[in-house]
Parts: sequence; structure tokens; C-alpha cells
Amino acid sequence: MLELKNLNVYYGAIHALKSINLKINDGEIVTLIGANGAGKSTTLKTISGMLKPKSGEILLEGKNINQLSAPDIVKLGMAHVPEGRRVFAKMSVMENLEMGAYTRNDKGSIKEDIKKMFNLFPRLEERKEQMAGTLSGGEQQMLAIARGLMSRPKLILLDEPSMGLAPIIVNEIFEIIKDINKLGTTVLLVEQNANMALKLADRAYIIRTGEIELEGNARDLLKDENVRRAYLEG
Amino acid sequence: MEQIIQQLINGVSLGSIYALIALGYTMVYGIINLINFAHGDIYMMGAFVGYALTTFLGLGFIPSLIASMVACSILGMVVEKIAYKPLRNSSRISLLITAISVSLFLQYIMVYFIGPETRTFPNVLESNRITFFDGSVILDTKNIYILVITIILMIALQYVVHRTKIGKAMRAVALDKEAAEFMGVNVNKVISYTFAIGSALAGAAGVLVGIYYNTVDPLMGSGPGLKAFVAAVLGGIGLIPGAVFGGFFLGLVETIVSAYGGSVYKDAVAFAILILILLVKPAGLLGKNIKEKV
Ligand SMILES: Nc1ncnc2c1ncn2[C@@H]1O[C@H](COP(=O)(O)OP(=O)(O)OP(=O)(O)O)[C@@H](O)[C@H]1O
Ligand SMILES: [Mg+2]
Repeated sequence: MLELKNLNVYYGAIHALKSINLKINDGEIVTLIGANGAGKSTTLKTISGMLKPKSGEILLEGKNINQLSAPDIVKLGMAHVPEGRRVFAKMSVMENLEMGAYTRNDKGSIKEDIKKMFNLFPRLEERKEQMAGTLSGGEQQMLAIARGLMSRPKLILLDEPSMGLAPIIVNEIFEIIKDINKLGTTVLLVEQNANMALKLADRAYIIRTGEIELEGNARDLLKDENVRRAYLEG
Repeated sequence: MEQIIQQLINGVSLGSIYALIALGYTMVYGIINLINFAHGDIYMMGAFVGYALTTFLGLGFIPSLIASMVACSILGMVVEKIAYKPLRNSSRISLLITAISVSLFLQYIMVYFIGPETRTFPNVLESNRITFFDGSVILDTKNIYILVITIILMIALQYVVHRTKIGKAMRAVALDKEAAEFMGVNVNKVISYTFAIGSALAGAAGVLVGIYYNTVDPLMGSGPGLKAFVAAVLGGIGLIPGAVFGGFFLGLVETIVSAYGGSVYKDAVAFAILILILLVKPAGLLGKNIKEKV
């Protein structure tokens, strides 16, 4: 589905991503774990075309997308659910979902997809005319994910969906991520909540100061001594 | 009593014009946080397009109005592309200075090519005066035309902004550019459309003013431009209903002050009101200082 090859990204003089290699197969849930400032969001923004790499390759289904704009990448079937949810606060839930379908022109099936989102997130349906800014944090995260799904992505990038949410809501959101994946969407999940992410994912990458430190089967990493010490017990 | 009614009629006409110009200020501010000081001069250009079409081509009122709106929307997009877009990531102050330069450029390019003198806008609308109270209150059909056109344009704007895809994209970009881009919105295109719509409204205001006061000149944009800016801030900059409200409010205040205190003070009063309102409600009369949940 997606492959990053020797990806280098800079913010001015700051070398934020150092030769990142990463691969996501069709249908997988892959998680990218790391501490604050490790470069997780930078990785996602580079994949979705918001940042341009200095060198290296981003291949989406074998096609190099380095030079494509963010809107073009959305059209190719990738959705990015940004860190901090970033719902359109002064637009209704409904309008937020419509914005998610911005690159599509098939009005009829957009309506059907909105219905599907309401099945997946019944809480959103009850609030469909409410301004997104007045939703609770958990509801906003659900809306952000639903909005991302409205573009009918093959691959969805989720940037810290658990951020700032109560454990019970986080559980709910992770269950939904599992469902989304079962329905056929490949997932790249960025998390600081390593424990939960490793339990959910098939494979994992651990990023530290812009470099991939470790990669492997999620269940193996969950048992790994070093990983436990660095990311799970403290 | 009669005088108050008369001033209300005049105030609504003046307010319509301020409101139409204020909408462009507020929309552009909402989307790129720029006080577009050249906006008043777009309005002036609109008045001149109307003047040229009616005088030299003998076009009627509605065709001139539409042509002027189209011309101004193109001009607005060109100004944005040439002057503002290259500064997208620059500081707000350099953008502001650029806007002032564009304003002066438009004014003096007109002075250079057609001269500074005031010209007479032809009477393309026959004006029928309806009198009330034994002739002490005059309602000119022009007043009605101005108000009706303004209301039609505002309804159309409301429709575009709330019901169409591009309008929703405009609001999304105004709220969060990066998030809109994540949705696949071409932000540059949306900004360009915003300038087009705001400038079209200014163009309409230009033609309406030509019809109302019968004169146009290259520097006519600076006064109303500044007043419309005041109106936009009064109502709450970035808010479309705020611009409409501020425009009518200012128009009415101005005409009433001119009637009772002498027109010399009307600008001083306008700005005094602005300062007072901003002291009490910094976000403007319709603005709310509510924090969003994060
Ligand atoms: N716009 C920017 N300009 C300069 N440096 C930046 C910018 N954005 C991020 N950085 C730097 O790049 C590094 C990686 O940031 P990034 O946001 O990718 O981290 P992260 O892993 O997502 O962290 P967090 O868990 O806190 O979200 C950090 O050192 C950060 O300071
Ligand atoms: Mg981050």
C-alpha cells in the first residue's frame, strides 16, 4: 500500500526525519510510536503531501507521490486525521462530514456514506446539526475520523486519536479503528499510548529523534524488554 | 418626526453601500487575516466601469451593474494573485503595507490615465420622487433600488456561503487552512474565489453610489473604504452578519448626526463610536469571545 524509502525531511536547518524506511501492506494496521517531538506528525504530514521531503521516496501503491499536492493525494485514496482533531468548530457535524467528501462529486453516494458514518458513530447522528466546536473531545475525535473516512480512503493516517481522552473513550475509539480496518481500510496509527497501540496493531515502528529505532511484529514488541522499559512502564 | 424619517431613508441607502463594501473587507479578513486597504479602490474601479458602460456604451442599469461586478471580481483575483499571494507566508505588516500600496496604485493609475476630475454619472434610472407628509419626506425610487439590490446580493451571498460547496470550503479555510487542505481543498483557489466575491460586491456598491450621488472620481474609494472598514470592525471583523449590521448601523448614525449636529462631525462621531464599541466589546457588536474546545 505505502512505502517510505530513505526519507529525509527538514524544517529549515532542523533535520526532522533521518532516512526513514517504512512499509505498510494492504489491509494492515501499522502503528508508529514515539515520544514527544520524535517526528511522528512530521512523518504523517510528509506522507500526505503537506511537507516536501528533501530526499527519499514515498510510494503509494507503487506510485511515487513525492511531488503531488495534498489535494491530489486525497484523491488517490489517502486520508489524514490530524493531531488535535482539527474539526471545523463553527460548522455543523453534517457540514464537517461534507467537507470530508470535498474531493468527491457523487452527491448520491456521499449521502449514503454520511448514513454509514452515522451507523458507525451513532452519537454523531444525534448531534448532526450541532456546531462541531461544541462537541465533547471524544465526539470531536469521532467526527474527525468520520470526516476522514468520507473521502473513501484506502489508507487512513490517524495522528494520536487517544490524545486527551478518558480511557473509556479511548477504548471506544480503538474498537472503531479495528472495525474500520475490518471493513477494508488500511491504517497507519500514530500513538504515544504505546500499550494500546501495540495491542491493536499488526506491526509497529518505533521512532526516536527522527530515526526508526525498532520495527517488528506488534505482539513481539509488546514483550520486548527495551520497549517495555522505554515506552510501557514509565 | 418628518426629519427623522427622511434621515432613516437616507441612512438606509448609505448603509447599504457601506454594508456591501464591508462584506468584502470581512470576507478577506476572515480568510487571510488581511485588512485589504485596496478594497475601497476596487469599489472606485467598479464605479468607473459602471460610468464608462453607461456613458459610452449606453448600457442600462442592470447590465452595467452585472458587468461591473464581473470586472471587479476579475480585478480582485488579479490583485490577490500578483500582490498578496507571493506574501502568503510573510508577516502581516508586510501584507498590510502591500495593500496600502495597491490602494495608492489603483488611485493614481486612474488619475494618470483619466485625470483627477470628478465626472457625472449618467441618470440611468429615472428617479420618481414619492413625497409624504406634504412634501417634507422624499422617497426617491433610487433609494428603493439600492436597498432591493443590496438585499438580493446579501441573500445570494448567504446562499453561496452556506449552501454551496465552494462556500463551505471558504468557511472551512477561514476556520482552519491546514485542516481544509487535509480534506483536499485547494486553499489558493478558495482564497481567490473569496476575493472575487468580495470584489464583486464592492463593484456593485460602486455602481449604486454612482447612481445615488451622480458623481465618480478616482479618489472616491478612500472615504467609504475606510468607513466600510469601520463598519466591518464594528460588527465584528470576519463575520458576514457583522458587516451587514455594521454597515447599516454606521450609515444611519452618520445621516442622523449630519442632520442634527452638522455634517462636519459625522466622521468624528463614526470613529468615536468605533473606539467606544471596541473598548466595551473588542470582538465587535456581533462578535463573541468564546473559547473553542480543543
Ligand atoms: N513547523 C516546524 N518548524 C520547525 N520545527 C518543527 C516544526 N514542526 C515540528 N518541528 C520539530 O520537528 C520535530 C518533530 O516534530 P513532530 O511534530 O513530528 O513530533 P511528534 O512526534 O509528532 O511529537 P508529539 O507527540 O508531541 O506530537 C520536533 O523537534 C519539532 O520541534
Ligand atoms: Mg505529533
